[in-house]
Amino acid sequence: MTNDNIKHEIIKKKFILFIFICLSVVSFFISISNGAVKISFKEIINAILFEEATVNYQIIWNVRLPRTIVASLVGTCLALAGSILQGVMRNPLASPNIIGVSSGAGLMTLVILILFPDFYFLAPMGAFVGALLATLFIYFLAWREGVIPTRLILAGVAVSSLLGAGTNAIMTFYPDKVSGIIGFMVGGLSATNWKHVSMIFPYAIIGIILVLLIPNKLNILMLGDEVATGLGISVERTRFFFVIISSLLAGAAVSVVGLLGFVGLIVPHITRVFIGSDYRYLLPATIFTGSSIVVLCDTIARVMFAPMEIPVGIIMSALGAPFFLYLLRRKE
Amino acid sequence: MELHVENLNINYGDKEVVKNVNFHINTGEIVTIIGPNGSGKSTLIKAISRCLKPTNGNIYLDKINIKTTDTKNIAKKLAVLPQVKNVSSDISVEELVSYGRYPHLKFGKRLGNEDRDIVNWALEKTGLVDLRKRFVTTLSGGERQRTWIAMSLAQKPKILLLDEPTTFLDISYQLEVLELIKELNETLGLTVVMVLHDLNQAARYSDKILVINHGELCECGTPDKIISKSLLKDTFNIDADIYDDKINNCPYFIPKKTIA
Repeated sequence: MTNDNIKHEIIKKKFILFIFICLSVVSFFISISNGAVKISFKEIINAILFEEATVNYQIIWNVRLPRTIVASLVGTCLALAGSILQGVMRNPLASPNIIGVSSGAGLMTLVILILFPDFYFLAPMGAFVGALLATLFIYFLAWREGVIPTRLILAGVAVSSLLGAGTNAIMTFYPDKVSGIIGFMVGGLSATNWKHVSMIFPYAIIGIILVLLIPNKLNILMLGDEVATGLGISVERTRFFFVIISSLLAGAAVSVVGLLGFVGLIVPHITRVFIGSDYRYLLPATIFTGSSIVVLCDTIARVMFAPMEIPVGIIMSALGAPFFLYLLRRKE
Repeated sequence: MELHVENLNINYGDKEVVKNVNFHINTGEIVTIIGPNGSGKSTLIKAISRCLKPTNGNIYLDKINIKTTDTKNIAKKLAVLPQVKNVSSDISVEELVSYGRYPHLKFGKRLGNEDRDIVNWALEKTGLVDLRKRFVTTLSGGERQRTWIAMSLAQKPKILLLDEPTTFLDISYQLEVLELIKELNETLGLTVVMVLHDLNQAARYSDKILVINHGELCECGTPDKIISKSLLKDTFNIDADIYDDKINNCPYFIPKKTIA
């Protein structure tokens, strides 16, 4: 009887995972078929597989497909980063922002775009490096014969507000140049192309491979540092590794689309509500929920006020926050 | 398996918390570390469980130095039940116990049939078979502590280290946990090292007692030898009368007043 129960539980979780996979495929097609021009499912298939040089082909291949892929990969990277961090820090508020990804990337991008506008092409690289540097700085500050999660989070909040002050100072001194970077600050996907896909793709792949390898370690880290040590995990080394990986994942995403950190906070929680906190299921599920949610929100961002576009970050927060609160209340 | 601690020093910054501690624990013994608050006993147990790096000195399991051995290999021999533990609201007893198999799993591998058998065995040993599907957070304090002990057992250790396993438990659960530890010691030959606050329980369940005060090992010996008027006065600042518990065949005391 007990064996039936285990099987039942596993089947349920696998089924939910399957639903999430379907959801991400469906949202992918919704994203490609909707926009300034509506293209039917049949036309999409035609344009992708058979026709070339038609208008639909141009729209799909050069505009919507790369954009949707970027949205999907960005969602995956940010959501995975958030999910990993919430486990490593054992704190539900942990997110890529907490380890300085947004503030570091934000400041660095601003410095390049406003102070050194000739080097604008370095901005994505700068955002990535800024995110990683901020994370390392926070880790360094929190270190005292090891790092405890609370200290890491406090150091993260402090450093983020420090870097935020730098960002605000630059914006105050150069008000005329601010309008050009608003899109980056709230996070947006306009004008994404295949180059952006290749920028984020390697990191997303690393993230997905990790997901298949590490869930047990995260499950055990969740039990507490001392329990994890007793079970033979080098807690400090493992934690550092996870924090850096999260920073890389989130940094890659942010460098492509701007400060969209909210995804990393909210998507892991939404996923957890459905599939539970066992990382063996949670991490794979997060890949698909992260992807679907960003892809759908970006579609809304494009279609809602078409032909005008609003940054996806605004849609994310405006829809994500209430939905998240609804889930929390319903769970109780 | 024997535990050997040699010239152990642990500093927090400039403060010496454990000073030159040496002791030896034989296979199959139950040894309890006692001492007043802030005496360094928890620090000592954290060093043995690898949560703290000693400033100086060595800790050996049989002849293996835990400092220079892969931590995963240590975890196959030494199981630790710390005071601070964290568990998500949707972990079942069985799942938690199965984490005890982690040190035995190869990288990226899942539980095999043998692992499942060992988890079942650990659940049986701790009387948790009927509770295996329950979420750990819905259990009573005693059942929850038994679940953690079962997780430790699933590691198939030779030594079990417990830091205040009875703290925050009702008296009946305290007894339940200590009886279980004793039974595991007798049936499996498990060496047990633990920290207890209740000295009468330490006297009743231990083969040997280590007394730590101000970071130093003051005394070490059988309960009969250790539980004395002078120890209670010098180390714990209480005036107490000592009696003989004929039923459990151990000393016990009744405290009368504190000595300022």
